[in-house]
Amino acid sequence: MDAEPGQFIMVWIPGIDEVPMSLSYIGEKIAITVEKVGEATEAMHDMIEGDRIGVRGPYGNGFKIFGEKALFVAGGTGIAPLMPLIRKYEGEKLAVIGARTKDLLIFKDELEKITKLYISTDDGSHGYKGFATDLAEKIFEKEEFDIVYTCGPEIMMKKVLDLCLENGIKMQASLERYMKCGVGICDSCAINGYHVCKDGPVFDDSILAKIDDFGKWKRNEAGKKVRI
Amino acid sequence: MLEVEVAGIKMRNPVMLASGICDLTKESMEKFSSAGAIVTKSVGIEKRAGYKNPVFCETECGILNAIGLSNPGVDEYIKEINEIKIENLIASIFGKDESEFYKVAKKISPYVKAIEMNMSCPHAKKVGMEYPSDEINSAVENVKKTGKPVFVKLGMENILRRAENAIEGGADAIVAINSVKAMKICIDFAEPILGNKIGGYSGKGIKPIGVRCVYEISQNFDLPVIGVGGIMNAEDVIEYMMAGANAVQIGSLIYYEEKPFAKICKNLEEWLDKNGYSSINDIVGIALKK
Repeated sequence: MDAEPGQFIMVWIPGIDEVPMSLSYIGEKIAITVEKVGEATEAMHDMIEGDRIGVRGPYGNGFKIFGEKALFVAGGTGIAPLMPLIRKYEGEKLAVIGARTKDLLIFKDELEKITKLYISTDDGSHGYKGFATDLAEKIFEKEEFDIVYTCGPEIMMKKVLDLCLENGIKMQASLERYMKCGVGICDSCAINGYHVCKDGPVFDDSILAKIDDFGKWKRNEAGKKVRI
Repeated sequence: MLEVEVAGIKMRNPVMLASGICDLTKESMEKFSSAGAIVTKSVGIEKRAGYKNPVFCETECGILNAIGLSNPGVDEYIKEINEIKIENLIASIFGKDESEFYKVAKKISPYVKAIEMNMSCPHAKKVGMEYPSDEINSAVENVKKTGKPVFVKLGMENILRRAENAIEGGADAIVAINSVKAMKICIDFAEPILGNKIGGYSGKGIKPIGVRCVYEISQNFDLPVIGVGGIMNAEDVIEYMMAGANAVQIGSLIYYEEKPFAKICKNLEEWLDKNGYSSINDIVGIALKK
């Protein structure tokens, strides 16, 4: 499968569900990083080597490489889709990863080797006590970079966007929405006229600044707008 | 050259967006500014989550879907469309009986130009194609009370009988056809792919069926017909219109081509010009006369 950093696949667990999953490894072998959050991901956690899943894709647009120095800001499993990009980015790399607690920090060892890494945990069990955005804000004060790439809880990404707009720095964020078809026709993942599955999942600051629902509203399975 | 009129609704071209495609949200619908009309996602009285994923899969020739009539319910949906900037918005509605149809139609009718009754969804229980044929006329009669033109969307199954019932109830136009009840099995898992197992087949593969249905309806009844099923380009539009369609709808094509309306219209004009027609209305039903 020929995929770009930031693209996703639809993963089918027969008899259970089909869910969009970002690729955390691309290249000869592809991989996904799965957190238990629902029926489908629980079923994946119960699988053993040799068990099979169905896959279609890759879908979506992926990140665009820009500039010579980048800051990556990730919350929780949001680091997973950023990993192929971080590996591919040839310029200078700074990364902030945040998690609720130290056991939930993933890709830490690899990131220590390939980036200048900053870590935050909500409970202070590792690194800075607080949110990834607080740490990012501190980095904004002392460092300069060409672009910020972010993925994680949408409230966090909205803060990153505001920070970038204030400072005139380019940014790209990978969004998540309830997805059904995955190919841009059912309109389930629409956000202000953009389909996260096809026009996204990655959007840049120029588009995000125009998307009123970003950081505020998402849609449930029935298509009703609900608060994020 | 492309202007048409269907049941009193003037459209600047005959190419409409079919129900179920990119039509859940206001801004997505507004993006199709070149379409002659937009038909909304099918809306019911209460919210429906739809079926479990997978709701979509590709086949050798066309696509399968079983979304499951997911919609936020008519009250919520009205908030979506009450300020929409679309000249010809048509509400697709479904119901399990005539009173449900009437309730939804009554609520939504002030916001739209016409009502399209979904009597043909191929994979929903008790609604769509499972709606009893002999109850279609009273449901249509009820929806007609809103004062808006009523289109009835039918599938290929038993279509003439169902069309007759719809016409008895006072239908202003027939929309034909819906996707065709179908299935795809993954041979690696020996299991149907769609969450609902059965879905609707659409795209190129169903076009000859749609054309036949439109032809037969036009031959047997005297009312406007809107052709839908597998239209991929201007030539397909012409074929449907020669079979008797006064307008057409596009659905699956959006999967292959995001914004096809302007291009199709341009090609329609060129074809009409080249073949000596001054209006697209001049080709409606010409294949019936031969």
